[in-house]
Amino acid sequence: MEATPLLAAERIDKRFERRLDFAGRLAVKLGAAPGNETVHALDGVSLAVRRGEVLGVVGESGCGKSTLGRILAGIMPASSGRILWQGADRDRLTGTERRTVKLAVQMVFQDPASSLNPRMRVADIIGEAPLVHGQVTRAELGDYIDTILRDVGLDPAMKQRYPHQFSGGQRQRIGIARALAVEPQCIIADEAVAALDVSIRAQIINLFDELRQKRDLTYLFISHDLGIVRFIADRVVVMYLGRVVESAPTSALFAAPNHPYTVALLAGAPRLEDRKRAFAAIEGEIPSPLNPPRGCHFHPRCPHVMARCREEAPRLSEIAPGRLSACHLNQA
Amino acid sequence: MSGNPAMSAPVIETLFQRFLAEMLEDRIAVGALLVFAALVAVAVMAPFITPQNPYDLAQVDILDARLPPGTKASEGFTLVLGSDGTGRDLYSAILYGLRISLSVGALSGVIAMVVGASIGLVAAYVGGWVEATIMRIVDLQLSLPAVLVALILVAVLGKGVDKIILALVIVQWAYYARTVRASALVERRKEYVDAAVCLDLSQSRILFRHILPNCLAPLIVVGTVQTAHAIALEATLSFLGVGLPQTEPSLGVLIANGFQYMLSGRYWISFFPGIALLLTIVSINLVGDRLRDVLNPRLKR
Amino acid sequence: MTPTLDIAGLSTHFFTRDGIAKAVDGVSFSIAPGEVLGLVGESGSGKSVTGFSILGLVDPPGRVVAGAIRFKGEDLVGADAQRLRSLRGNRIAMVFQDPMMTLNPVLRIGEQMTEAISAHSKATKSEAQARARDALGAVGIASPEERLTAYPHHLSGGMRQRVAIAIALINAPDLLIADEPTTALDVTIQGQILSVVQRLVARSHTALLWITHDLSVVAGLADRIAVMYAGRIVEQGAVDGLLTCPRHPYTAGLLASLPERAVHGGRLASIPGMAPSLLNRPQGCAFRSRCGLARPECGNAMIAEKQVGDRRFACLHPLADSAGQVM
Ligand SMILES: Nc1ncnc2c1ncn2[C@@H]1O[C@H](COP(=O)(O)OP(=O)(O)OP(=O)(O)O)[C@@H](O)[C@H]1O
Ligand SMILES: Nc1ncnc2c1ncn2[C@@H]1O[C@H](COP(=O)(O)OP(=O)(O)O)[C@@H](O)[C@H]1O
Ligand code: SF4
Ligand code: SF4
Ligand SMILES: [Mg+2]
Ligand SMILES: [Mg+2]
Repeated sequence: MEATPLLAAERIDKRFERRLDFAGRLAVKLGAAPGNETVHALDGVSLAVRRGEVLGVVGESGCGKSTLGRILAGIMPASSGRILWQGADRDRLTGTERRTVKLAVQMVFQDPASSLNPRMRVADIIGEAPLVHGQVTRAELGDYIDTILRDVGLDPAMKQRYPHQFSGGQRQRIGIARALAVEPQCIIADEAVAALDVSIRAQIINLFDELRQKRDLTYLFISHDLGIVRFIADRVVVMYLGRVVESAPTSALFAAPNHPYTVALLAGAPRLEDRKRAFAAIEGEIPSPLNPPRGCHFHPRCPHVMARCREEAPRLSEIAPGRLSACHLNQA
Repeated sequence: MSGNPAMSAPVIETLFQRFLAEMLEDRIAVGALLVFAALVAVAVMAPFITPQNPYDLAQVDILDARLPPGTKASEGFTLVLGSDGTGRDLYSAILYGLRISLSVGALSGVIAMVVGASIGLVAAYVGGWVEATIMRIVDLQLSLPAVLVALILVAVLGKGVDKIILALVIVQWAYYARTVRASALVERRKEYVDAAVCLDLSQSRILFRHILPNCLAPLIVVGTVQTAHAIALEATLSFLGVGLPQTEPSLGVLIANGFQYMLSGRYWISFFPGIALLLTIVSINLVGDRLRDVLNPRLKR
Repeated sequence: MTPTLDIAGLSTHFFTRDGIAKAVDGVSFSIAPGEVLGLVGESGSGKSVTGFSILGLVDPPGRVVAGAIRFKGEDLVGADAQRLRSLRGNRIAMVFQDPMMTLNPVLRIGEQMTEAISAHSKATKSEAQARARDALGAVGIASPEERLTAYPHHLSGGMRQRVAIAIALINAPDLLIADEPTTALDVTIQGQILSVVQRLVARSHTALLWITHDLSVVAGLADRIAVMYAGRIVEQGAVDGLLTCPRHPYTAGLLASLPERAVHGGRLASIPGMAPSLLNRPQGCAFRSRCGLARPECGNAMIAEKQVGDRRFACLHPLADSAGQVM
């Protein structure tokens, strides 16, 4: 029997509906436009983050990684499904318990330019939430901020500056400090190093690793960069068009990917070892989430597509201990 | 500002310093700003730099009426800009009129800004039918000519400074609401707002402490231009005789009073107050134009 | 054989209010016909400005202040605007990270392609149509006939980029400058584009300058790599040698900080600090404050490039070569 996961998503659905304004509705009435558009950003996503692990989430843009991260972080509600914190339904909690659980999951964002409020000083960006929530007193605040800044590798002397006075890497450290300030247990990093230069990226990845050990953190690490996920994650979840298609321990996944999409993804990624390689690319475009293909979402591009794949969506099922995959080939 | 040697010097300047430097780069804007500052200064100091208080009946002599610029008044001082139909020194009357015009414009501008910004902010954040309703009202308001609405309002409300200000606020809040909503919608989607939600900060804190300060730049630009509008609108109403009463003679009232003498060659009674009004409005607009250039695209870096 | 592009001592500076930004400062390299050069560097190192300088597209306050850009022997630095215009889109083509920089949003794909053809050659309408259709097919766009009548916004990002590439290559240019054309795209789509470009460039013997911040991309694409840092090329040479045995400490640091080569659960080697501002670049080696091998003399004067075999690097204390030889 496995221990209860720290954070789990159970059959999460998320639909974004584009409500039409008056002109839009008129256009629909006149037959000039299709009706309300619904993006099915997440389609029955389940996953569990175990305490102390780094769970990587990979997939191409628009597949729902950020949406999943934001729902897990409590920034937006799911359309249906449950989020469990240590086994308890998070939406049923109230009062201080609700707040404690909400603060326990924090997010680090992708864009170092827009993720910090440009009108606030660093000290306020970091200190606001712990002060408002009474986690520290105003008297302790200064020292508290200094400690956190040192933890993320910034000089506390800079805390009266504004975000625009920092480089991208430093801003990302401030974003991490802001998350750490409310003593979270789980950090969701959404493409947190994607916007950084290679040499700076390594500094921040190392910082994530240091903090994990120092503060007993659990990470959900969202990235489209397979190299980084392979390096940092213990387990990996692969998403395609709003669904989880495969999940496995990192080494197993990279050694022997099961799902045809995972295979394509790994094969397509450029590697440092390549020399004058003949890029042989997977065919076809990524379908629009506005109207995803029937059956297996990957079937229009899959080299192994069968008749069944066009009709029936494959279930995510265990193919080996600790490994899940959603492909009809496994049931053949 | 000590500490990190890797930080290069030019980056350290604050946003405000950069703003100021860019503002001062345009000679026309600097000129306009100086003119406007001078206008405000003389308006504020009017009682100390004018030869008479034009509204103290004891100081005004009806025999001085309609004297051309340069004539000596019966009190002994020179009427630099001439006198009006009741014998008031026009120079003094203009400075006092400027006081009234500027304060009516500024006051209505500030009130309209506070009201409009709050409504726009709420619309952007709450969304749904609240936003739809508010924005329909805004659209309606903006589609009607401001003068017409103001005319009807003062016709219903009656004369008086408070009523004019109320009418100007009603005419203008929609501009501020629309501006703030537009920039709040952009700000709302930025990741720092998500971060604030994730940190469980209250909605009003997010709205007023995080989003609003980031919407200020376009608000200030609209504020300057709208204040100029308000001044012009008030002058128009007063000129039409439905604005301020004779006891609160703004520039508009002065122009109206002199208008009847225009054809008889006594141009100065309307002309000089007109010049003062023009200087005020043009200088504010020029400053506003430069503000727009400097604040809007770049400071967001 | 004369190289298609030969750049010597190119310097492009931006004269800003805050001072002179030496975005490109003494850059030299050349590309032979059919050769692929990968220009790699971090954000702000001057890669794009180098590309724009070649095309004569540097806008004020920027200006090419020194150096020569020889395109098939003809110096483009002094050339008049007319000449540059006739070269661009014809003999020299470009692709950008954002395909909408070259695509016109209000024109159909077909119109844009035939326009590109007839601007530089005398083709009849139907000939141009046919060539456009073939070009779309060549970049792997399904049902090209239909796509000719589509507008850019009808296409996905990856398709738009392929259309931009098709237009760039339609007149079989001698030189293609590609500025991060796959950076905004997904892995599987990036693969498609790389394979298309690789195939077309080999076929038409076009010299290719591929600008990117991602070493892994050029590892599989380029013949040679030039590494840029703070406006200068610090090292250049054949792909294999440069990646397996870097001589410049910055190249070595970059390679070491890639997670690909690191052991899971270990620490990444990282380069401390960050790139200097181009406004007040330190004298001597710009990498000095981050370099583990720096000695006092590194700060004295501009570091001259050394050539060892086909490798060039600008460093006073380079790492040992594969034979363990330091110089
Ligand atoms: N118009 C401009 N005015 C002032 N400085 C500029 C201008 N354009 C570019 N620069 C400066 O030139 C330097 C090099 O810019 P460039 O765009 O070539 O970088 P890059 O290597 O292409 O980076 P990236 O990977 O981010 O595209 C930067 O420091 C940049 O700030
Ligand atoms: N606020 C929103 N409104 C409408 N659609 C959205 C919104 N957020 C995300 N989406 C859509 O949901 C899908 C998944 O998006 P996202 O989670 O951001 O993907 P990823 O992070 O994997 O790139 C996309 O098709 C995106 O366009
Ligand atoms: S279910 Fe069918 S189409 Fe989908 S990945 Fe498996 S084989 Fe391919
Ligand atoms: S010249 Fe000196 S400082 Fe620069 S890279 Fe070489 S050893 Fe390092
Ligand atoms: Mg995302
Ligand atoms: Mg660039």
